[in-house]
Amino acid sequence: MFDDDEDLIGDDGDDTDLLTAEEKAKVSVKDASFSDPQVMYAFYQRLFPWRQLFQWLNHSPIPSNDFMHREFAFTLQNEAYLRYQSFPTFETLRKEVLRLNPSRFEIGPVYSANPRDRKALRKAVFKPINKELVFDIDLTDYDDVRTCCDKANICEKCWQFITVAIKIMDVALREDLGFKHIMWVYSGRRGAHAWVCDKKARQMDDGKRKAVAAYLEVIRGGAQGGKRVHLRRPLHPHLTRSMDVLKDSFTTDVLINQDPWREPEKSARLLHLISDKTITEALREKWNSEPSRSSVKKWADIDEVAKSGISRHLNVQQLRENKQDIVFEYLYPRLDVEVSKHLNHLLKSPFVVHPGTGRVCVPIDATRPEDFDPLSVPTVTQLLAEIDATTGEEKMADYEKTSLKPYVDFFKRFVAALVKDETTAVKREREKEEAARAAAAGPGMAAEMEF
Amino acid sequence: MYKRDTAAATRRRVNQAGRRHFDGGKFQPVDYPHRLNFYTTPPTEEVTLDEFEQWAIQRLKVLTEIESALFRNKTPDELKSILNDLLKRHLPLDANSSRSESLTAQRRTDHYSHFILRLAFARSDELRKRFSKAETILFRHRLMTDDGLEREGFIASLGLDWERLSDDERSELESELKAASGGKKNLEPTYYKIDWEKVPELVERRMVFLKRGMAYVPASLQTAVVVGEFTNHLDRALELTARALPRLDEDERLIPILNHLSHGFTAPEFTSDPNGTHLPGTAITAASIDSLLQHFPACMLHLHTTLRRNKHLKHFGRLQYTLFLKGIGLSVEEALIFWRSSFSATPEDKFNKEYRYNIRHAYGLEGNRRDYKPHSCQQILLEHAPGNGEAHGCPYRHFGPDNLRAFLQTQMGVTDSSVLQGVKNDNEARKYHLGCNRVFEWKHREELKREKESGKGTVKETIIHPNEYFLRSWELAHPDEVQEAAKKMEGMEMKDEVMM
Ligand SMILES: [Zn+2]
Repeated sequence: MFDDDEDLIGDDGDDTDLLTAEEKAKVSVKDASFSDPQVMYAFYQRLFPWRQLFQWLNHSPIPSNDFMHREFAFTLQNEAYLRYQSFPTFETLRKEVLRLNPSRFEIGPVYSANPRDRKALRKAVFKPINKELVFDIDLTDYDDVRTCCDKANICEKCWQFITVAIKIMDVALREDLGFKHIMWVYSGRRGAHAWVCDKKARQMDDGKRKAVAAYLEVIRGGAQGGKRVHLRRPLHPHLTRSMDVLKDSFTTDVLINQDPWREPEKSARLLHLISDKTITEALREKWNSEPSRSSVKKWADIDEVAKSGISRHLNVQQLRENKQDIVFEYLYPRLDVEVSKHLNHLLKSPFVVHPGTGRVCVPIDATRPEDFDPLSVPTVTQLLAEIDATTGEEKMADYEKTSLKPYVDFFKRFVAALVKDETTAVKREREKEEAARAAAAGPGMAAEMEF
Repeated sequence: MYKRDTAAATRRRVNQAGRRHFDGGKFQPVDYPHRLNFYTTPPTEEVTLDEFEQWAIQRLKVLTEIESALFRNKTPDELKSILNDLLKRHLPLDANSSRSESLTAQRRTDHYSHFILRLAFARSDELRKRFSKAETILFRHRLMTDDGLEREGFIASLGLDWERLSDDERSELESELKAASGGKKNLEPTYYKIDWEKVPELVERRMVFLKRGMAYVPASLQTAVVVGEFTNHLDRALELTARALPRLDEDERLIPILNHLSHGFTAPEFTSDPNGTHLPGTAITAASIDSLLQHFPACMLHLHTTLRRNKHLKHFGRLQYTLFLKGIGLSVEEALIFWRSSFSATPEDKFNKEYRYNIRHAYGLEGNRRDYKPHSCQQILLEHAPGNGEAHGCPYRHFGPDNLRAFLQTQMGVTDSSVLQGVKNDNEARKYHLGCNRVFEWKHREELKREKESGKGTVKETIIHPNEYFLRSWELAHPDEVQEAAKKMEGMEMKDEVMM
């Protein structure tokens, strides 16, 4: 299953390679310094929360295999990519990062042995054994709906797709699947990652990851094809609950802000998704006479035409389902499920700097996702300037002098809760084991067989 | 085929070391409170070699029939009645309520035979898969036919952490449970709560309601879960057994028995006559093959015409066709003549260097000297789909619908449009060999009618082997020769008692 040669790097779509040369030039004129190696070095040295990152991955204060056998992968300034790096402590990790000064780095799975020894080991001995369950949502996957921006650009309007996605996913992961330690992280440009860190989630095999991904996935296939939403009716409770969230923001976030059907070519997609051909014909005629009718009006037209009685065999139930499917297609989270399905997929670390924007990949508070503004996330140059601007506060850690502080504090609280749960669980397990051992040591126990 | 070794049938004790032949679990005396068994505990009591062999063979008969029924696309109802009958004869298991005196003996036989076959079938990945599949079907059949209360007791004994939903919780969650069921009008009477990780396939398909990490599984889906758990457990255990096999210091008397057993579990196979002649009164030569094409199934006709057209066949096609011709009685000498003359565009030295060896190899005269058997439909269907320039495989499976139709019309001479439509339907149902049988029946409709009227015909099962197709076709065309040969056979005694 696991293949050395397979390069499952975190393709969160945020790569600078996706920018045209022109855009790259624009970026570098606007903010020349954040790609400067000196700037990155200062960031890793003074601001990156190494200790918290270690505690997050290690789940206890003393370094364990959870950290020591964890794969890190570095993308160097010259774009070289180093996989299978691992470290005994966070100090050694920090030191190596300062030495290599990578433009960013990714986190992979914990292996059954130290990744650095993998060449000396047989495949059966060296395999990934656990990793957080991760999700990746990126606005490029919404390009057929998004009219406000394209490519690498985002604005407040299209960010709403991510906000809605976080709301829907977070509640499903908690209420349905029972996970507690879920951290959402801004990917630095136009998306978000989720890290589900519960022990149960980390231990899931690929089959279970695939099951969760499929449970949450609704939109399949590309924008060019036929229907992308195929749902059994009545809707599964997860989908009914999701629909309640979607309904609330569909008018504002899709119809008004994106106005996706204003162009006649675009409204063809809408007509395509309605099964009753009499209704679609009537709508087509109506919209032909007023080509740039707004999406809000076009959406309302559907009900109006249906009520007019033009379709003699109108199936009300079917029409309602069509409309629900449309809402799902336009607003339900679009997941890159491949990222979630595989234990050995790598994902960009929280708190690294996005090389294209200079913004730090900070956590998002999923209890208030609508308060998160990606455009006000601090950039690395801004943070370094903030340190310099603070004087006379020698006792403070550097990050405390900057607008990174609330994000690091949030991360600290998240890690503390995770470590606390983990320690209790470990203690409970140990007690159980001891009890079992005591019971087994009783007299009359037959010799165990070899196999 | 397994032939009984009479020397081994003498009653001998398998010594204490015999225990070590079973994998996993702890030593403990086994009693059998339930009719069904998850086979988690290996048997430990002594058995005689005779019993060891006899029980295994009984179970093997059942598993072989299951495989064959699957391959013949029996409906679930047909499979059920086949199994009811088979199990009654070979591997009966009565319910506790029957108060039968042989309960323990039956359960013991079931328990031992399962573990013996596990040893025999752990050795290769393919055998493990097939064993696991057949055992799963057997288990499901028994679970479904188990008495309701006894089944509940058995499932409870598995310790799968099922928690029965209280009536209060059930009515409280009524609308969610109904929605998750896909809109059934009424709630099922019984629901269970179980960690969702135990039922990932139900989660994946959103077939159950989830709440805080628990899946709410209706009793009707519980069977599927228990069966899934059975398969998971068996697959893991087979892996462990396979890893332990090289370390097994088996009682040396068991090795030949285990080998025989695993050979007995082969795909339906065409057994060719070791003496060489298969068609009474007709010798098959390189020169006579073109005159026999009307008896060829589509796959072989396609290989033959491709060979004639290209004066060449790629590796898998060559192998499939060589073995088929071997199966109809072409000797290795004639085969070499046939292939040499067919590869007429190939220079002599190239042929000798690249192809002669392969042909002799297929006849067991080179390399490991294995006597390769002609491929069955199952093997042909399982082989990789033919790529560019390749002609092996099954036309019913590997041709596109238009190509297949044209091939049947022009090459196989099928003119009846209802037959063509029937084949198309079979294909859509992925029952490729049924399409082939349909064509066979249509092509031989006159002979089959005659045979039926004369009362000589025996009811034949669906054809599942190209050589069976050929032989049956030839026999239908030559009833007199067949009768003649049958007369000769009478009076001849079978030397060996054939067990299966
Ligand atoms: Zn935008």
